[in-house]
Amino acid sequence: MESVISIQHLSKSFGNNEVLKDFKLEVFKGENVVVLGKSGSGKSVLIKCIIGLISPDQGSIHVLDQDVLHLDTDEMDLMRVKVGFLFQSNALYDSMSVRENLEFPLRRHGKDLSPDEMDKAVKEALESVGLAHTEYMMPAELSGGMKKRIAIARTLILKPEIILYDEPTTGLDPITGKEISELILEIQKVYKTSSVIISHDMHCVKIVANRIVMLIDGKCYADGTYEELEASDDERIKQFFD
Amino acid sequence: MSENSFKRFLSDAGDMTGFVLRFFRELFKPKQEWRELLRQCYYVGYNSLSLVGITAFIMGLVLTIQSRPTLVEFGAEAWLPKMISVSLVREIAPVITALICAGKVGSGIGAELGSMKVTEQIDAMDVSGTNPFKYLVVTRVMATTLMLPVLAVIADAIALYGGYLGANIKGVVSWELYWTQVFDALSYSDLLPAFIKTYFFGFAIGIVGCYKGFNSNKGTEGVGRSANTAVVVASLAVFLIDLIAVQIADLLGFT
Repeated sequence: MESVISIQHLSKSFGNNEVLKDFKLEVFKGENVVVLGKSGSGKSVLIKCIIGLISPDQGSIHVLDQDVLHLDTDEMDLMRVKVGFLFQSNALYDSMSVRENLEFPLRRHGKDLSPDEMDKAVKEALESVGLAHTEYMMPAELSGGMKKRIAIARTLILKPEIILYDEPTTGLDPITGKEISELILEIQKVYKTSSVIISHDMHCVKIVANRIVMLIDGKCYADGTYEELEASDDERIKQFFD
Repeated sequence: MSENSFKRFLSDAGDMTGFVLRFFRELFKPKQEWRELLRQCYYVGYNSLSLVGITAFIMGLVLTIQSRPTLVEFGAEAWLPKMISVSLVREIAPVITALICAGKVGSGIGAELGSMKVTEQIDAMDVSGTNPFKYLVVTRVMATTLMLPVLAVIADAIALYGGYLGANIKGVVSWELYWTQVFDALSYSDLLPAFIKTYFFGFAIGIVGCYKGFNSNKGTEGVGRSANTAVVVASLAVFLIDLIAVQIADLLGFT
């Protein structure tokens, strides 16, 4: 299978706190990989290293055959078109309407688009998350679940090959959390994306994961399907499934 | 000042210098954000106009009313328009305009960027292929630098009009006489240094607000602190720049 993300010997410390130690990860085309770990275990640091928001101390990261740690600004911008990122806090621009939020990445990367094409792309992205009616609303007028969907729509608008989800269901009620998990699964099928999903919400993990990587003590502690890990006798793994 | 505070001050000064140098590096890089710059100019200029105008009018009126008795005592009432015009144009209008902008615009920039930082909006901009420093910082600093001189000139005009009304509360000065005396009293050596220093005031307000907001941390508490320190540091910077500007103007013979 074709590897879309390859991480080798990744280490990152903040002061004396070593969050990632010789971490390894392979993500293959079309699969959803969940990185499971406790809060503060370095999961978010990991995906921020993948997208180039945090520089690791050691190791290598290859995304779509590009060495992320040695890209210049323009190359990094082009790589980021192919890699979408869903922030835990959604990170919708407060001062912009939903439409402007969705247009923002398009204006940066889709300068050749005519106003009609841009309008079509915005409407299509909103329809794909079931929120076509929110086009002219401001982020402050949306509920938590709606904000998450709009953030997903903004990520989808550039049609990325890879999507990195940072705790997509955190702060949502169980029903909305399930809807978002199902949406992630649908996106994988419709857009043929590969994804890295950071989560410790086991309901979400069960729905979306093709494979789970457990991040414990900064290392890849276990790697397997939901069923394989659920059947494990290891106490540290069982804690998550009990 | 304890040793730790001194070290923190030096570290802050170093970071601030690095931030200013980065501003100039990014300023001349291609792909200018013209649309955002115009939007920020509108926010800084138009949205501050009413506050600057009202304050300038009151300052002109009050200065005239309070100066009059002293001038009357020395039999120099006729000098009233000349005296207030020089005071307002050289010092009071530019400094008051800058202080109002430090409070209104500086705190606004600090709070806005601080809130964007803690809610990961700046990271989101980075991820979507936009240089957040260029989009957020360069445009805001340019907007304050370009708009403050415009606001100061408008404040000069409104304050002088306030002075005209003040001069007519207890005395009688005709419209023509008042303005003739005002323009007679003012020379380029009054206007030029006062106008030039407002660019530096604007730059200081923008860069301090952006620096505090861009480096905000510790959640919502940090946002409040960014807004607050942006006002304090920008106001102090305005007075320091004023002090330096007066010395330079004096050395160059603009007295």
